[in-house]
Amino acid sequence: MMNSTTKTIASGLLWAGAWVATAAHAVNDLPGGPAVRQLNMHPPATKIAAEQHSLHWMMMVICMLIFVAVFGVMFYSIWKHRKSVGHKPASFHESVKVEIAWTVVPLIIVVIMAIPATRTVVAQKDTSNADITIKATGYQWRWGYDYLKGEGDGISFISSLDNEQRVLSNTGAKGVTLDNYLLKVDNPLVVPVNKKIRIITTSSDVIHAFAVPSFGIKQDAIPGFVRDTWFKAEITGDFYGQCQELCGKEHAYMPIHVKVLSEADYSAWVKTQQTKKSAEAQPAQQVAQANTAK
Amino acid sequence: MSAVIDSHGHVAGHHDHDHHHAPEGWRRWVFATNHKDIGTLYLLFAFTMLIFGGVLALLIRAELFQPGLQLVNPELFNQLTTMHGLIMVFGAIMPAFVGFANWMIPLQIGAPDMAFARMNNFSFWLMIPAAVMLGGSFFMPGGAPAAGWTLYAPLTMQMGPSMDAAIFALHILGASSIMGSINIVVTILNMRAPGMTLMKMPMFVWTWLITAYLLIAVMPVLAGAITMTLTDRHFGTTFFNPAGGGDPIMYQHIFWFFGHPEVYIMILPAFGIVSQVVPAFARKKLFGYASMVYATASIAILSFIVWAHHMYTTGMPVTGQLFFMYATMLISVPTGVKVFNWIATMWKGSMTFETPMLFAVGFIFVFTMGGFTGLILSMAPIDMQLQDGYYVVAHFHYVLVAGSLFAMFSGIYYWLPKWTGVMYAEGRGKLHFWWTLISFNVTFFPMHFLGLAGMPRRYADYPMQFADFNALASVGAFAFGLAQVYFFVMVILPCMRGQGEAAPQRPWEGAEGLEWEVASPAPFHTFEVPPKLNEDATKVIA
Repeated sequence: MMNSTTKTIASGLLWAGAWVATAAHAVNDLPGGPAVRQLNMHPPATKIAAEQHSLHWMMMVICMLIFVAVFGVMFYSIWKHRKSVGHKPASFHESVKVEIAWTVVPLIIVVIMAIPATRTVVAQKDTSNADITIKATGYQWRWGYDYLKGEGDGISFISSLDNEQRVLSNTGAKGVTLDNYLLKVDNPLVVPVNKKIRIITTSSDVIHAFAVPSFGIKQDAIPGFVRDTWFKAEITGDFYGQCQELCGKEHAYMPIHVKVLSEADYSAWVKTQQTKKSAEAQPAQQVAQANTAK
Repeated sequence: MSAVIDSHGHVAGHHDHDHHHAPEGWRRWVFATNHKDIGTLYLLFAFTMLIFGGVLALLIRAELFQPGLQLVNPELFNQLTTMHGLIMVFGAIMPAFVGFANWMIPLQIGAPDMAFARMNNFSFWLMIPAAVMLGGSFFMPGGAPAAGWTLYAPLTMQMGPSMDAAIFALHILGASSIMGSINIVVTILNMRAPGMTLMKMPMFVWTWLITAYLLIAVMPVLAGAITMTLTDRHFGTTFFNPAGGGDPIMYQHIFWFFGHPEVYIMILPAFGIVSQVVPAFARKKLFGYASMVYATASIAILSFIVWAHHMYTTGMPVTGQLFFMYATMLISVPTGVKVFNWIATMWKGSMTFETPMLFAVGFIFVFTMGGFTGLILSMAPIDMQLQDGYYVVAHFHYVLVAGSLFAMFSGIYYWLPKWTGVMYAEGRGKLHFWWTLISFNVTFFPMHFLGLAGMPRRYADYPMQFADFNALASVGAFAFGLAQVYFFVMVILPCMRGQGEAAPQRPWEGAEGLEWEVASPAPFHTFEVPPKLNEDATKVIA
């Protein structure tokens, strides 16, 4: 009876799994964002992200080797040293030599792991000599970007999730096949390729985190404090991230979209932004002048 | 008399030792001073909270089954994740281990009871109002706290009155834990039977001794952090408010100074249980007893200097990141020693695989995977990708569910015959093991991929590309939850009702230790006269 219940449960699980797999939403990979059933980190778009990748692979390989060695021994022992195959228990229960060996060897392995990691830690914290400095301010629940230094300084705008997508989420997102679901913003952050961009983070309310996986950056945005990180994108394109520190009820709805343009395109973008800005500023100035004239 | 619900059939032959009549009915439990009764209460309480926290988890998984919001709104979702964490950590895992400690420490060291029997009663019953307040916070205006179980400032400032209820509940639970720990330390240091020297104590007792010190050291730190949150909320202080010169990151430092040792508080007793079970079923002494003790102590000491690896992305200076990265990586060494010792214990043994052993081997196998992901997360550069994402969720469920919970299952199956006097049904135990192991991995293994692909944790809705793995995890979670209901209904209840084969005094051929020197079920009072022990303090000779 018990077996039949297990079988029913097992077949139920299989069925559910199969249904899930076939009913997979007809969604495609989003370049610069997540891919469907992605198994590893995003393809790197910066040197730092590439280093994180190779570090992760190094760790995976070392861990797999240890895993196979250790559990190879364990399962061999489980296979051979069973009572049911008539194995008699040995009586040893300590060996100083062996114990020292398996303390020292892991220590050496850990040191070997730490060396390349140290280099990357130092590199990713080096925010000096940036070409462009941008302040990213976390608000509940949108991002504000202020270009502080370098080409485009003075530009500033707010970037929020596309409202239609927010509504879709509330209605259960049935039949939605958007590749950029929950990642589409009104005003993406725009930066030039191959330039060192320093991002200063802060927040106006609670802690948020500015993260773009393809760039290998994640930096908390802390109210009352400024912190910084940097990236130098090596390819143009669109890159996506999401807020990564619980910041209240709309935490899942404050994405980050970074548009990396060629230098020429970036200059053109800066120009249009600045003319737009001066056009907006002019009427205000006229009003002000009119007021003082009175 | 032990954990049998029907308390009428008192163990014959022990009546004459009962100088006062054992209380019956509700008085037996409310006024309980017997370590076995209190242990039973702790375990039942912990299981209730496990189910409560599990239901919250299943609501989370149900919402995440598909993209889009179907069942709950994002606010309630955050309440669910927060309460799931708080209840599982403070309501399920910690009390369950205290339950094991109550039951087994006096039995294992040959003591008649815990040192402070009435304080023991108090530390259990304190937990009930705390749990009611914590659970009841769902019905307070604004709902339960929704700032995550870590209760980071300044998000906690935006919470409704339930935040204060949760803080009060945590204070009470903390007081209960501290009392419980003092009790355990005093019991172990003062009440061992003659001949039970420290270095002859069973590993479970050792790990709990060290855990109790950790608890005494860090619970007040948590109390400090949440008290500062409370005064920030209501009394105009600005510990964590930058507008008044405070620092939100200071909260994280204080919280994790508690939080990281807390991680080891939840795993060291698990190490202890596995160190009892593996030798019993390998029919061979624990390999490297002394190095196990030293490894446990080193893990405990190191656990105080690694807290900021939870905070790499707060923007620590390079030197800070490097220090915490090195210290964290160092912890893998003593942890590795433990795994090697267990495997060396199994090596050339004469193993059988009853349910306790299955869970112990399952623990070693799956917990080690959680150890590897921990090592990967300890690398600050990789953590830039994984911090606050599903990889972290996968990691800590591998160490807390496949670690702590599997070890507890192992311990329950191992000692259940002693507690109830009844053998559990072996087939049901094995089914529970395989069902749990498989559904656990179906639930949590895909989360590694989600995390690597960048899915942040505590998200009520997610991009479509994450849909399949989320659906798979949800299916696994429901199967996992059902397995635990099966465990309670088909394994625990029959044993508590006394249904099943009567258990012999030593049901496991290779089991050693004083708990197997008393009858099954363990009589209401044991070791009232200090026993005379053999050379290695594993047998009573007079």
